[in-house]
This record gives sequence, structure tokens and C-alpha cells, in this order.
Amino acid sequence: MGRGNFMALALMLLGVAGMPFLTSGSYALTVGIFAGINALVAIGLCILMGSAGQVSLGQAGFYGIGAYVSSVLSIKFGLPVALSMIAAMAVASFAAVLLAVPALRLKGHYLAVATLGFGEIINVLLNEWGPGGPSGFGDIPHLTLFGYTLSSTTANFYFIWICVAAVIIFSLNILNSRTGRSLRAIHGSETASIAMGLDIVALKMKVFILSAVYASFAGALYAHYVTFISPSSFNLFYSVLALMMVVLGGITNVWGGVAGAIIITILPELLRKFEEFDVLVYGLILTLSLLFLRKGIVPLLIEKAVRLKGGSGARA
Amino acid sequence: MLELNGISKEFGGVRALSNVSFTVKAGSVSALIGPNGAGKSTLLNAISGIDPPDQGEVVFAGERVNGLSPMTIARRGLSRTFQHLELFGDMTVLENVIVGRNARTKAGFLASGLRLPFALREERESRKTSEEILDYIKLSHHRDDLASNLPIGEQRVLEIGRALATEPKLLLLDEPAAGLNMRETRDLGELIKRIRTEKGITIILVEHDMDLVMSISDAITVLNFGEVIARGTPLEIQKNPLVIAAYLGDEEA
Amino acid sequence: MFTVFLQFLFSGLTVGAVYALVGMGFNIIYNSTSIINMAQGEFVVIGGLLMWFFTESVKLPFFLAAGLTILSAGLVGLLMERLTIRPLKSADLLLMIMVTIAVSILMRGVLMFKFGKDPYTYAPFTEGEPFTVAGAVIQQQTLWVIGVTACCIVMLYIFFNKTMMGKAMRACAVDTTAAKLVGINVSRVVMISFVLSAMVGAIGGIAITPISLMEYDKGPMLAVKGFCAAIMGGLGRGRGAVIGGFAIGILESMTAGYLHSGMKDAVALVIMLAILFFRPAGLFGSVAMSRLRKF
Repeated sequence: MGRGNFMALALMLLGVAGMPFLTSGSYALTVGIFAGINALVAIGLCILMGSAGQVSLGQAGFYGIGAYVSSVLSIKFGLPVALSMIAAMAVASFAAVLLAVPALRLKGHYLAVATLGFGEIINVLLNEWGPGGPSGFGDIPHLTLFGYTLSSTTANFYFIWICVAAVIIFSLNILNSRTGRSLRAIHGSETASIAMGLDIVALKMKVFILSAVYASFAGALYAHYVTFISPSSFNLFYSVLALMMVVLGGITNVWGGVAGAIIITILPELLRKFEEFDVLVYGLILTLSLLFLRKGIVPLLIEKAVRLKGGSGARA
Repeated sequence: MLELNGISKEFGGVRALSNVSFTVKAGSVSALIGPNGAGKSTLLNAISGIDPPDQGEVVFAGERVNGLSPMTIARRGLSRTFQHLELFGDMTVLENVIVGRNARTKAGFLASGLRLPFALREERESRKTSEEILDYIKLSHHRDDLASNLPIGEQRVLEIGRALATEPKLLLLDEPAAGLNMRETRDLGELIKRIRTEKGITIILVEHDMDLVMSISDAITVLNFGEVIARGTPLEIQKNPLVIAAYLGDEEA
Repeated sequence: MFTVFLQFLFSGLTVGAVYALVGMGFNIIYNSTSIINMAQGEFVVIGGLLMWFFTESVKLPFFLAAGLTILSAGLVGLLMERLTIRPLKSADLLLMIMVTIAVSILMRGVLMFKFGKDPYTYAPFTEGEPFTVAGAVIQQQTLWVIGVTACCIVMLYIFFNKTMMGKAMRACAVDTTAAKLVGINVSRVVMISFVLSAMVGAIGGIAITPISLMEYDKGPMLAVKGFCAAIMGGLGRGRGAVIGGFAIGILESMTAGYLHSGMKDAVALVIMLAILFFRPAGLFGSVAMSRLRKF
């Protein structure tokens, strides 16, 4: 996994463990939970964009499928939450296949807009067919694992960040393996990848599914934590946010997704003071960071660190 | 090893290849020469499946392969390099070679993500094989450098190394000496000979450097305007009046 | 029965006209830069809200207000190009997509700060009784929207076919490198395409606001529909976007009228996906033509 990644993971877990003791009240922990949920979506998008070079503006669609399918299965069919979450991820994978078959023939802007269209259609469907329509529904059960129900904020905070850590480890393993190299190879040269016998269609499809699974997992965690959902949490704006997270944090590194998710989640909280200014300041920060931090925060920091030490930092 | 029967290819009404037929013996080095625009690269693309022929058949290792995807053909043991280098520039030299191993390994998303024992074993073996290949092509000292940072000569050698990692039966080299100086070209010739004799891999190369072609080839095929105008040993080709005419009509050979 | 159909048709033509204008805006920028400007919808919103500001708040006469609105929108387009697109010149595609999205959020932020979240409207261009055609009621403003759109189309046609600058822009669309070689100032072409595209959007906003109110966050949906119009006609083809815009407008209002109003927004999206997946060159474009363009 590399020393840099190991250190980063240790640091993250230390921060997570200490959070509940360093802050008072549940507000900071709640924000932390949302940051963790967003991080899951962002990591998937990072792998999709940074490694495989594919764009998606439709992650909200998968996120929404995760939340809705899992909630409906657990409420209407009385399925145990853990089981309904797994089913939700399966449904999202299926949706990803349906989208990927035609969409992955497209490139660049066309792929971006096609995925955007997909996300919006899912949103329209949630509005129309989802329980409660545009106003959504509540009474979604909390997740119960081994007889313990995750109802307190602290328990959810720990659980979600443990999930984030597991997903980070899983993703780093993929990226530092045959699979990750294949993805980067496709990004580097499709011609050569084909000549090396890589099945680029299958690989693109699978990485798309992976990002959908992560996003739907995040959606399901979200639904079973807040216990009330409505379609407006899963609209185009969320897809754009997810994209912002990874671009801000840096698409070439999984940690970029995590850092971007934390920043983008906390930013609106900090901007609350500005009241009507918030969207403005938000747009300004995004525009400026795109103009001046093109590679994203994490890759830039690593470059700095490498230059300072003259050694090698965390790769992949 | 490779048999071409009546390969033809058109691009928007222009005949790039017409009725090209010849056979390449297993374990030989064959060169494909001809003036610019004679259809050499088109023929390589037709063989490797990147741009399949309109007519004719490509028989590789006893089986018809035209119509198969380049990926499948590659997995059956045909590998190649590119005239315009197609290295994975953002990856290290070693990683480039390991990607070549992918055709011979299996671990997918789940196996890699969960570090299943077989995936780890496979990874170790890939790494070991790839390092051996780097030794073989004498690039071990650049192991962890980015491929895009190598000088052009070493990039060409690295492409050969990456192709070797797929364990090919047949290796297509598209102008491997382009952009190389004399010493590098000589080393390249040595490497190609070693690959043939030590690894027993059949080689087809497209090349403009006649000294290199004459010194390493067992057989030479000359293409002009998409047609085979001569075929024979280096000595026979050098004496063939048709070949001389084709080249004098074009530029200095 | 027919009356109802006619009523839906006219409301479809009205929104369709705006989609057509947004679609043409997409094409103008796409042709000169190969960028899909995700902030295209915001130009329409700027048009509507600024027009309200100049007429209702500053109380300027109509033509002055309209002129100022269009000029201001052009200025916004200019600033967007100079401050964000140009500095990133030749950066990778992903960054270009992101930056237009970021700018659209920024614009929305400014609009929300200035105008709040309320919907705005102002008096139609001309007062008077609506017309009735076979029992269907047509607002005078509806005719204005369609008329203004038609004027825009004609003026753009003249600009692109008769003026030097317009011809230079078309040359850039075909081949930027070649255009550079024959001495066309590509950087200026890019700038003008943003200004023009912003002004076209703003004109749409000015015309539509008296009918369908305008609020700060209407941009993204307008952009999606306009993009759909553009892609229906084949991205980069001016006339295609016009037909596409009207087609989507009509289909949308028929869906809302005969099927279900909630499905209205899905129509354009489904059409867009179907075209992207099966005929990426657009319904009227040939595949060979689209191959020539850099995809």
C-alpha cells in the first residue's frame, strides 16, 4: 500500500477516533457523517475519472437509487437494513450497466452530458414514483448490525468512517494492482492497451459499476442515518458537488476525493454566516480553485512534500 | 506462423493494399520494406486487427484471425510496437512492462481489492517476470522512471519489452529504429537477433534503415503502392531491378 | 379537442423558442472552442432579471432597458471568457467542463444575492387583448417571443454568412489551425462567440419572462433543454438547434398536457439520451459529417 498511504490512513483514523472528544454537541459529528458519506461518492468518482479517464455528471442518480431502493425495501418489504443495502447496490450496478453500454462509446463532453441526463431522469422518476413524491418520506429504519442498532450520532459517525477507511483500502488495493494499472493504461493509450490484450470495454464498464456501487452504498448509508429522504437530495446539484469534490481535491489520488469531500461538506457550514452570500462565495471559491489549483489540492501537496524531502511521497 | 492470403484494403476509394500474400516461417525475422506510403503500416494494422482488411485472410498460428478483435489476437500471441510511440507515459518503466503481463494474468476488481492470495501471487510473479524482461532489454536502471522521461531510443526498446511481456509467438515491430542513432540502431539489431534466437519469437519488422534490415532479416518483402513487388533473401532483394527502380523513383534508399 | 391541441402547441412554441435560442448559444461557443458551456442557461436568467431591474426598478424606457440588458449580458460573456476560459486555454477537457459549471454557480450566486429567491416578472411588451385562433387563446407576448426569436435567427444568419467576422468564426469552426494560418485572430473569435452567445441567451430571457416567470436558479434546466435542442439538430449546426428547440418545446407541452405534467422534464432528457446513444450526429446530421468534427 505504500508508506504515504499508510500514514494518511493512520492519520485519518486518529482524527476520526478523536473527533467526538474534541467537539462538543452533535453538530460537528453530523457534518462529519455527511463528509464521510460524500467521501464514498467522491472516491468512486476519483477512480472513474482519475484512473480510467471517464467523466460522470450522474452520480446523484446512483446515490439516489441507493437511498430509495434501500429505504423502500426495508420499509415496505420489511427486509433487514443490511440486506436491503446490498440489494440497493445490486440495483445500482444494474443501472450502471444499462447506462454504460451505450454511454461508454461517448467521450468527453458527450459522456458528461449523457450521464447528466441519466441522473436527471432518475431524479424525475424519484419525484414521480418515489413514496411521497417531491416531498419525500420518512420513518426509514436505522441500520442494525449484529443486534446493535446504529441510532446515535456518534455510533453512525464511527461506523460511516470505518466504511470510508475500508473503501479507501479496497480502492488503493485495486489501484496498485493489475486492475488499476489496466485502467491507467487505457487512460494513457487506448491503442496500446488493446494491443496488449486489455479488454477495455469490460474494464470501463466495471469501473463504472464500481463508482455506482460506492455511490449507492453512500446513498443507502445516508437514508438510514437521516431516516427521511426526498428527491431534492439527489438532483443535478449533488452530481455537480461530487464532481467539485474530486476536482478540488485532485482526481489522480483517492485521498483527493476524501479531502475534497471534507472541504465541500464543511464549506457551506462555514458560509452559513454569509447568509445570502453563500452561493456566491461558494461559486467564487470553486472558480478560483479551478483556475489556480488545476491539479487539485492533494496532488499539489504531494508535489510540495516530495520537493521538500527530495524523496517519494504517496503514489496512486 | 503467419500466412497472408490476398489481403486488400481501401481507404475512401484509394487502394492501400491489393492482393498481398506471403508466408512467414516460424522463428524467422522478416522485414517489410518499401517507399513511404507503400502500405507497410496498413498491413501491420491489418494483421494485428486494429484496422481489419476488406478482403483476404490472415492465418496466425494455423487459425484464421481476421474478424477477431485486436484484443483477442493479442491474447493469442501476437504483440506489436508502434511507429509513433504508444507508451503509457504517466506510468513507470516497470509498470509499462507489467501492463504487458495483463494478457496473461487474471485478477479483477474484487480479487485485487480484497488482496486475495492468488492475486498477490500473480502480482509477485508479474513483477518478477517484468523485472527479468527489463534486465533482458537492459533497462533495469530506469525501472522507476516515468516512461515519458526516457530518451526516444530507450522508449523504443521499452515498447519491445512491453510487447515481450505478453509472451508473444509473433512480434510486429513498426519502424523500431526511427529516431535512433547509429549505436542505438546496432544495439537494437542485437536485441532483435537475441529475441529470435534465445526466445524463438518470430519477428516481422517494418523498417527504413537498410543496414539494419539487411543485417538481421532472413526474408524481405518489398511493397510498392500496396502490392508485393519482390520477396527473397537480403542478397536477392539487393540485386532485384524492380526494387532498385521503386526506390530510385522515390528517394535515396 | 382541436382547441386544446392548439393551446398546447402555442405554449410549446413559446418555450421552444427559448430552447432554440439557448441551443444556438451552445453552438456558437462549441464551434469556436469545442467547449460545451454549462453556464448557457444563466445568460437567459440574466436577461430576464436584468430586464426587470432596468424596467421595474430603475424605470427606464423599454428599448433603453432592453439594450442595456443585452449589453450587460454581453459584458458578462466577455468577462467569463477573458477571466476563466482564456487563462485555462488548452487545458484538459474535464477542467473546461468544470470551470463552466463553476462559473454558472458563481453567476447563480450573484443573481441570488442581488435578486433573492423570488420569481420575477414584468409587463408584456404590448398591452392588449389576447388573440383567439380556433378557440385557442394566444397571448400577444407569445407572438413577441416567437418574433424575437425569428429576428435573432435571421440576424445570426446574416452575421455568419455576410460579415467578415462571421465568416472568420465559421472558418474557425471547420479548422482552428487552418484559420490561424490564414491570419484569423482565433482568440478574438473565441471572445466574440462568448459575447454573442450571452446576448442571444439574454434576448431569450427578456422575451420569455413576462410569460413564464424568471428566478435565479432556472439556468441549469434551461441549459439542459437547450443542449438537447442543439444535440438534436447536430451539435454545432445553427439551424438544427432551431428545429430541435421547437420540437422539444412542443413535445414537452404535449406531454404535460396529455400525459402528466411531472414527466415534462423527462421528455427532453430521454430524447437527448436516445440521440446521444443512437445518433450522436443529430437527427439531421450525417455520421460522416460528425466524424469530421472533433468529437
